[in-house]
Amino acid sequence: MSKKIFRRAGFLAATLAAGIFATSVQASDPIKIGSFLSATGPASFLGDPELKTLEMYVEKINADGGVLGRQLQLIHYDDAGDASQARNFASRLVRNDRVDIIIGGSTTGTTMSAAPLIEQARTPFISLAGAIVITEPVKPWVFKTPQSDRMAAERVLGDMQSRGITKVGLISDTGGFGSSGRTQTLEVAANYGIEILADETYGPSDTDMTAQLTRIRNAGVEAVFNFGFGQGPALVTRNYAQLGIDLPFYQSHGVASDRFLELAGTAAEGLRLPASPLLVPDSLDDADPQKAVVQNYKAEYEARWNTQVSTFGAYAYDGLMLAVMAIEQAGSTDREAVRSALENIQGYVGVTGIYNLSPEDHMGLTADSFRILEVKDGQWNLID
Amino acid sequence: MLAEFLQYLFTGITIGATYALVALGFTLIYNASHVINFAQGEFLMIGGMATVSLMGMGLPMPIAIILAVILAGILGVALQRLAIAPARQASVVTLIIITIGASIFIRGVAQLVWGKEYHVMPSFGSDQPVRIGGAVMHSQSIWVLLIASILVVLLVLFFTRTLIGKAILATSMNKDAARLVGIRTQLVLMLAFMLSALIGSMAGIAVAPITFTSYDIGIMLGLKGFVAAAMGGLGSGVGAVVGGITLGIVEAMTAGYISSDYKDAVAFSMILLVLFFMPRGMFGSRVVERV
Repeated sequence: MSKKIFRRAGFLAATLAAGIFATSVQASDPIKIGSFLSATGPASFLGDPELKTLEMYVEKINADGGVLGRQLQLIHYDDAGDASQARNFASRLVRNDRVDIIIGGSTTGTTMSAAPLIEQARTPFISLAGAIVITEPVKPWVFKTPQSDRMAAERVLGDMQSRGITKVGLISDTGGFGSSGRTQTLEVAANYGIEILADETYGPSDTDMTAQLTRIRNAGVEAVFNFGFGQGPALVTRNYAQLGIDLPFYQSHGVASDRFLELAGTAAEGLRLPASPLLVPDSLDDADPQKAVVQNYKAEYEARWNTQVSTFGAYAYDGLMLAVMAIEQAGSTDREAVRSALENIQGYVGVTGIYNLSPEDHMGLTADSFRILEVKDGQWNLID
Repeated sequence: MLAEFLQYLFTGITIGATYALVALGFTLIYNASHVINFAQGEFLMIGGMATVSLMGMGLPMPIAIILAVILAGILGVALQRLAIAPARQASVVTLIIITIGASIFIRGVAQLVWGKEYHVMPSFGSDQPVRIGGAVMHSQSIWVLLIASILVVLLVLFFTRTLIGKAILATSMNKDAARLVGIRTQLVLMLAFMLSALIGSMAGIAVAPITFTSYDIGIMLGLKGFVAAAMGGLGSGVGAVVGGITLGIVEAMTAGYISSDYKDAVAFSMILLVLFFMPRGMFGSRVVERV
């Protein structure tokens, strides 16, 4: 009998000691940043620069002494663009790895499949994907850094309005990005007094769009707007030039990269698109608060990886900086404190834009964060 | 009105010529073995990508093209030696599945070697589009049409006038009988794969200035080319060209006159109709299997 009591007391003491030991260690434990990205697979053009950015800046922050005196530890899984894998990895991040915050989800698909699970686990989650459904309606634990496609549409339509254009032809690809962009454009066009007279589509792997463009031209439009990404918009641009259409031509932010200029060649001359300031770091006004941040990120990324910087990597940069800021303001990794610090961040100057988050807005950017660029002599030119 | 119609027609011919050129590649291997080589699209990709990367190394375009075509030819032989020959006793369906596996493998290697980005290839001639009656046509489309017609003529001559061509046909009709009369069927098959890789890579190079090129361009072009080949009657060179151009024109006319949303649907329903009323395709051989 007494033996049994002793044994129980022994267990209790051991458990208590382990508990005390664990809590005393926690202060110097690393802060765990979880991430699931599409580093390989069809969306690797998103995930690859995002992962590189996270790796690079976690290293840099650690070299500078970490956050709250604790080192950062990046725990990363590659979902290869597969939504169900993303869900599995998210579950592993919250259940096994017990991360403090998650920055990830390269595509809207991977983000949306993982979000319910992460919300249930009450872990702050900063997504790097575009679609408006991620943060609208607001989910308490879910945030995102890129602008939504609606803002791109608003920015383009706004620019058209300022040029006095009222009749527009729309051509979009039938993939997720293009069709979501198409819906948003059709929804907001009326707010800018713009009528969509032609609404054409093409398959993401089509090789010629002259038939659709001929139809648009014959509809009597004053400008044409193409929403899509990949090689499709470059083909549309080439066909547009071939047909000799000389109406103002707009692309979406989906093709805002130097790669696009290379593919479209001289056909891109004169077209406009909304884009991140990252494409024109040196033409920004000196008074622009983003100038230094953008130049810095570009220089650091290109020096480290020896490849060209991408706007997608910038989403990860902003995500990580927002997370660090929130943890610093919360003074701990307490999840609720971090979450509420995140949604109260004001005036964070990032690469993508200036973030003003609030409990009603978990993205915090305005349409103005997109800059309107025009292609001139094969270069991006800042218009607005 | 006429200008509009002409524009849709030219668009259709441009797309169709691309499909036709791809479809031609399927003909050879099908003629030799009744195998539909689903790695045909990968030969296209190798042609285009190798040319672009060789040009990137500073080689002049004609030399880059020749080297790329040779590379594809070697790959065709390797495919037959390493993947098809070891399974020579297997049924045609098994061989077709092997070609699907090979295509995934080749695509994977290409992705590692060349990356995932799209690349541009300059046009063979001028970049200026050709204008006819108010409609425009990509000058490269004329090259594609020209190359397709030359290849068709060469293929027809090859199968009807040369001993090797006849040996290929004999092998496809009856492998055992062909072997009995002294045809080395494995050699014939290897030759068919090599020629088909050569044709495929030429097609890939010819269409690259219009479509761009990337490691996965073969999936889409290969599939559409297969559809064109099936529509024209597998095994017929003329059929491949007619099938390809018909498919292209139907797509363009639908996009122009009905709606771009329906262009693939209409094109594919037409294939169903063709195959329903003419199961051997428009130009397929009418020969009945002898029992």
